[in-house]
Parts: sequence; structure tokens; C-alpha cells
Amino acid sequence: MLINKSIKELSSLLKKKEISSVDLVKESFDKVEKLDSKLHSFITLREKKQVLKEAETKDKLRKEDSSIIYGLPFSIKDAYNSEDLRTTAGNKILDDYSPPYSATVLKKIIDSGSILIGKNNLDAWGHGGSTENTDYQPAHNPWDLNRIPGGSSGGSAIAISTRMVPFSIGEDTGGSIRSPSSMCNISGLKVTYGRVSRYGTIAYASSLDSVGPMAKSVEDLSYLLEIIAGKDEFDSTSSSIQVDKYSQFLDQSIKGKIIGLPKEFFTKGLDPKIKKTILEATKTFEKLGAKIKEVSLPYFAYGVSIYYLIAPSETSSNLGRYDGTRYGGERELFSDETKRRILLGTYALSAGYADKLYKKAQKLRTVLIQEYENALKECDVLLAPVSPSLPSIIGELINDPLKNILEDLYTVTINLVGAPSLSIPAGFAEGLPVGMQIIGKKFAEKELLQIGHLYQQETDWHKRLPPILGK
Amino acid sequence: MEDKYKVIVGMEIHVELKTSSKMFCGCKNDPFHAEKPNIYTCPICLGLPGALPVANKKAIEWTIKLGLALGCKINTLSKFDRKHYFYPDLPKGYQISQYDLPFCFEGRVQTSFGPVGITRVHLEEDTGKLIHQKVDGRDVSLIDFNRSSVPLVEIVSEPEIYSSLQAKEYAKKLRQVIRYLDISDCDMEKGGMRLEANISLQKKGETKLPNYKVELKNINSFRFLERGIEYEIKRQKEILDSGKTPDQETRGFNSEKGITYTQRSKEEAADYRYFPDPDLPPIRLDDKWMSEIKSTEPELIDSVFTRWEKDYKVDRKLTELLFETTEESKKLNEIFSNLSKQKLAVDKFVNAVVNKKLSVNLFTVSVEEIATLFKKSVAVDDITDEQLTLIIKKILSINQKAVADYKSGKTNVINFLVGMVMREAKKKIEFGRMVKLIKSSIK
Repeated sequence: MLINKSIKELSSLLKKKEISSVDLVKESFDKVEKLDSKLHSFITLREKKQVLKEAETKDKLRKEDSSIIYGLPFSIKDAYNSEDLRTTAGNKILDDYSPPYSATVLKKIIDSGSILIGKNNLDAWGHGGSTENTDYQPAHNPWDLNRIPGGSSGGSAIAISTRMVPFSIGEDTGGSIRSPSSMCNISGLKVTYGRVSRYGTIAYASSLDSVGPMAKSVEDLSYLLEIIAGKDEFDSTSSSIQVDKYSQFLDQSIKGKIIGLPKEFFTKGLDPKIKKTILEATKTFEKLGAKIKEVSLPYFAYGVSIYYLIAPSETSSNLGRYDGTRYGGERELFSDETKRRILLGTYALSAGYADKLYKKAQKLRTVLIQEYENALKECDVLLAPVSPSLPSIIGELINDPLKNILEDLYTVTINLVGAPSLSIPAGFAEGLPVGMQIIGKKFAEKELLQIGHLYQQETDWHKRLPPILGK
Repeated sequence: MEDKYKVIVGMEIHVELKTSSKMFCGCKNDPFHAEKPNIYTCPICLGLPGALPVANKKAIEWTIKLGLALGCKINTLSKFDRKHYFYPDLPKGYQISQYDLPFCFEGRVQTSFGPVGITRVHLEEDTGKLIHQKVDGRDVSLIDFNRSSVPLVEIVSEPEIYSSLQAKEYAKKLRQVIRYLDISDCDMEKGGMRLEANISLQKKGETKLPNYKVELKNINSFRFLERGIEYEIKRQKEILDSGKTPDQETRGFNSEKGITYTQRSKEEAADYRYFPDPDLPPIRLDDKWMSEIKSTEPELIDSVFTRWEKDYKVDRKLTELLFETTEESKKLNEIFSNLSKQKLAVDKFVNAVVNKKLSVNLFTVSVEEIATLFKKSVAVDDITDEQLTLIIKKILSINQKAVADYKSGKTNVINFLVGMVMREAKKKIEFGRMVKLIKSSIK
């Protein structure tokens, strides 16, 4: 199983011609063909013949100084525009939509020589944390097919967890990279807002959407971030702050770093098994020389309320263009979850209500930002659970919209703040993966990746494979 | 009428800026000269999923330039907002506009009736254009997105316009200022400048604004603006006289019938659900940028006229007809100063140009040549009608045959007579003037 190897190893083997891109692409397609009818990780697969041809070309053109991801197969969440390749955002309104352009992030990866296999399943428009709210087939967790894989970037997490692809690009508006990373036992990075261009990302909530890599390890993430990060003249909200050589700093010691545990994240609502797993992980960090300190984020409790006013407000605006006169699909095709969010957002922005709802939420967002800044003055990073519960049984959340919302409790505030957060495997409970997130200061991705990488040198949770792969 | 009601008008004027690219993308901004529909489009101005706007810096600078020319205050922190409404020519379902922090606010336009306050000047994007026509025998609506996202400036006045004539003057004055800054062509026929008037009548003695207003749209000339307001005054007066209040509504102007008609009533009033566009960071105008913009600000057009009136005794009403842009006014400055140096009468020059007695392109011909041409033209007319008539009589008396031919209908013999008079007078004399005098002498 070649795809179980790291990006660095694969690149080196390719350059030494010990393996070929054709081998990798074949392995990718074999996996997808064998497993995806059970998992539904892809909405659209590219034509195998065409992709193999592309791989042959890559094998011919590969040079010593080609990018580290040159000739590697990959997948991308179907929220990203791909030129002349169907892009649905998980929604039937765009069922036969082929965009005339590609998202900046996709362009950057393709320009680096990687080979796109297909587009991954998601909750339609990113509305959900389970990949059940897709208008295509609900996705299944490879660790237990009866359970959700998390979401909304569930398809990408499944594809990596089952080694269909070495990496994928997800999108995180309220936890959409971190939640499925945690539930499928992979590593995922929600970047600082502005670190990676959003151009070409079908918008869910524009002030919260962030583009990030998903992979098998933190080391792999660091290579990917070097490639996709940076200022884009097509995205005014992208930052011109310099992009670090993340991969070169991974081994730097974290001795003396202070890791804050926000106590509000560990109170009622959190599954005690998850709490235990994360507290266990703190011992590894201590072993690495870090100090653990309790901190407090009192306004954290309002996070979900603030998020569920701002995100729906923006989504009600962003989805206004799917009015039935363009793109083919009628408005009736919006799912119940999406309709709920459009209605909520429209209401929150309406004259007479905007002051009490949308504007108030924006003010509280500012308070929340200050609170995080203050907490991160006392420590270098924060450590927290990603999800309050283990992956639910498929159908549970979709029938309980409120529970569905509370699943995002630990992730949404970080999007409101715009900070980066790294989700990595922290252990298992009842045979199911448990992830944790390391939250940092804005543009401190380098630090997060260091901490995450050193943790992965001490543990092997991230190397464990789901039972569906056998052996 | 005057003793019973006071006319209250506030105006909203939209002007398309002539930047080379559109407001939020790199597409060419030239909707009026496009060879075909939808050729100047991209994912951004088509509002395709995932596309993001990037603000046009030039358009922002021009908006501030206009604000400064109108004496406005400038918001050093400004932002763009989304204005939501449904219409097929609006591909995103919202228009990027400015809500509570426009670039410019609190300015003024002088009219001969008094000053008119400017509430705000803000920047937004234009919509696509709907074309309703028959295709293969079916009535269809087509959309041309060449105009989509063209930078559009909106200038909102205070309700301080008190007659149709003042409204016309205000609008004309604004066009003059905008053309002078050379930031828009203000082509009203094509929709490059669009006028809207909010009209209501206030009962004499009342100080509060009336509790209704009628928005008049679709006016594509100054004359129609005047006529539309006049019609509204008459219509509203009749309603008020009968003890009722006119409906708050949007009305269009039918120029053929010279009447206004209901377009949209109050019940359909939209809630635009404005909120700051998260795709566009707020705009901070720091001192450096502000002084850069100010350095490109020309002398105010009113002060140009005042200076010319003082220095050259030229009437503003005439000089207004001579130029539009700042560049042109600078050239005129040079011409006037040169004429004045040569002791030539600038007011006579202006008269000659306005009355087409002197036909010369002021903006392509050199200052020196213009002075020479003017000198010559003055020399031409340096003879009185009386003196000329004496010469004509003399020529007619020695050319009796020609006179007889003319009388018998061979009218082109007049050219021969003109030549003879010219030779006798030893001067170039304007042809038309001579023909007239010869004809009246023959009679």
C-alpha cells in the first residue's frame, strides 16, 4: 500500500523512479473502486483513463527539483471550483454545473504537479457536521460504517483515512476540516483566516470560510501549507504576511511552551471518554517539555449563538444567486438544513431585527476575539477537544437539528476569532477515533505544526488504519 | 399654487465612472461600445459561485475627487455593503454598494436659486442590462452583462430643491462638475447618467417634510426632468386639494405623453438587508493616500469661471459652452492669457467662438495659431455695414448687366458680385453678411 507512505517518502521514491505516478494513480482508483460504494467519499471521479494518461506524462516530465507533491494523486472537497469538471457543493442545484475556472488553491496544487482524482462529498454548501446533509449519498465512517464521518469535509477525511489519496483539500467554516479529521483519525489544519486564498471556494459564510489541507500526518500538512498559503490578488481578504517554510521547523523543541486548557471546553456536554483521552495526551506534551496551564474563556458559552447568527446571515446572502433562473436547479432542491439556515439568516438581517440579532452577534464576536487574544497572552497555544461526542449513528443528527448545532460547540468559536487550529488524532474510545485541536495565535501555523509534529513522533494514533482496510 | 404649497425635491443621481476596468474585476469597462453582448465578462462580474470582488482603487479615488469638488467631508474609514434584492440583471442576488459609511458626505452645489446640500456620494456597482425582445416569434428577456459591475457613483441631495427649474440647474451643474473632473461621460441617453427626483408638496406654513414622497425615475434628459416634476406638481396638487395624500410610490416618466405613471407602490418596498460585505476589507484613507488624491484635484470649476470673469470680463454663460474637462479648461486658460497679452479682447474672442464666427478647434490648434486666426477674423469684420453698402452701391452701378441677370433669376451671379466688392474693399468679408447686404441693395 504505497499511499500509506508520507508525502516526503513518496516524493523521494518517485524521484528515484522506484515507483511511478501511474502506480499511485492505479492504487488510488483501485481503492476507490473497492471501497467507495460503501463509504461515499466521492461525488465526482475523473475518468480513470484520462487520469492515468496524466500520470504517464508526470512520470516523463518529473525532474529532480520538481515540487514535493509532483505526480501525487489527490482529491478535493467539492466546494472548490474545478474548471470543466462538475462542481456541486454537495447540492443538486449545481448537479450539472461545470465551472469555467478553478479555485486558486486547486490551481496551486495542480501547478505543483499533483494529479486530481475527484471531488469529495460534503454536507451541501458546508451546512452540517456529518456529511449526511449531502444531496448525494450520505457518507460513512470507515471506522464504523453505521456512523457519520464528521463534516462537512467528510469525503476528504474518508479518502485519506482509507488511503485512497495521500492528501486532500478541505474547507472549514465552523469545524468542517477538524470534525471529520477527528472522527476519521487523520490530521487537518484550519488555517488563520486570510492565510490561504478563498477565491473559487463556493461560499458558505464568507467571513468564516477557510481553506486548509487534510493529510495523514502533520508533516504532510506542513508541505501542503507551504504550497497553498499566500496572498492572492483575487482575494482581498488574503494576507500578505510572509509564508513560513513550515516543514523546516518541525523538529524544533517545544520545551517551555505553555499549553492552555480552556476549562469551559471540559465541562458538561463533553463525553467523559473524550475528556480522558485528551487529558492523557497532555502527558505526552509534558514529556516533550511543555507546561500545561488552565485558562478561562467565559464568553465561549455564547460561541454557538454568535456563530448561528453570523454564518446563516452570510449564507442567506451567498445563496441568493441560486434563485432558479441560473445553474439549472430549482430552489426547491435546497435541503431542509439549508432552508433552515437561509431563513434564520434572512431573519437576522431583516430591518427591525438586525440590531438585536446580526449586529449584536458582530459585537459579541469582537468580545470573543479579545477573549482569545487575552487567553493566548497567558499561554502559547490552547488544547481542546474537537467534538463533544464520538461519531453518531447515521440519522441521529439529521433528526435532531439542535443536537446537530451543539456538535460544533468546540470548533465554531475559532472561526469567529479567525485563529488557526490543528486537529490531530489523540487516541481511541470504544474503537472510534478521538481527535484534539491545538489552537494558536493568528498566523502561528508554524508553532501549531511543530507541536503537532512532535506529538506524532511520540505517538502512533495517526498511523492506525480503519478496520475496513483489513489485516 | 405658490401661495398654497411649497415644492420639495431631493435628487438621486447615478453616474457611471469611465475607469478602464470594472468596479470589482479586471474586465473592460466599455458597455456602450461593446460589439456584442456579454463579451466583457468573467466569473466575478457574472457572479459565478466562488468568485470574489476586488475593489478598483481608481474608482475609489475618483469618487473621493468628486466628493472634494462638491465640498464634501470624506470618511477616512469606509466600507462596502451588500444590498440584497432579486432581479434577473443582478447575478449575485445582491449589489455591492455602500450603506452607512459612504466615501463622501455633507457637500454642496451652488445654483442660481441658492445652495443645494449634498447628503452623500457613494460608490457601488452597476447591474446587467435586460433586453426584452422577440426571438423566433417568442417574447424573451435577454441579459447583457457587459454593464454588470461597472463602477457607479450615486450622489444624493438634501430635499433642498424647490422648483423644477432649480432641479434642472442642479443636475446640469453636477454633470458639468463630473465632466470637468473627466471621470464620466455622463451620457444620459445611454444611461451613463441617470436622474431620479423625490417630489412632494409641503403645505405653506408647515415646517415638517411632507409625510409622503413620490420617486420619479426613468428620466433621460434635463428637459424631461423639468417636465416630469412639473407634471408631478400638478398631479399632487390636485390630490392634496381634494383632501387626500398622494401615494408614496415610484413613478416613471412617459416622454411621449408627457406624463408620469405608477411603477412600484409602497407595499412592495424592499428590505435590502444591508450588511458589510465580508469579501471586501474596510477601506482606510490614510493621510498619504488622501494627499495623493488631493494633489490630483483641479481648481474648482466655479473658481475657474469667477477668475475668468474677473480677469477677462468673460460671461460664465458663454465660457460654459466652450469646454468640459479640466484639461480643456487649462488650454482655455492659456488661450485667454495669450490673447490678453497681445491686447486682443478675450470677451470678443469668446463671443466669436460661441457664435461660430470663428471656427477653430480650441483643443487641437496651438495657442499662437488661435490668436492669429482670431486677429484675421477680427480684421474681416473691421468694416461697418454703412461703409460696405457704399462700396456695394458703387460696384452695382458699374455692373448693371450682372444686376439684370440676377433679377431675371440667374442668382448665382451673386458670387461674381461678392468677388468684385471684396476686391474693391481690399478685405476679407464674411460671405453671408455680404450676400445679405448685396441682396438688399439690389432689391
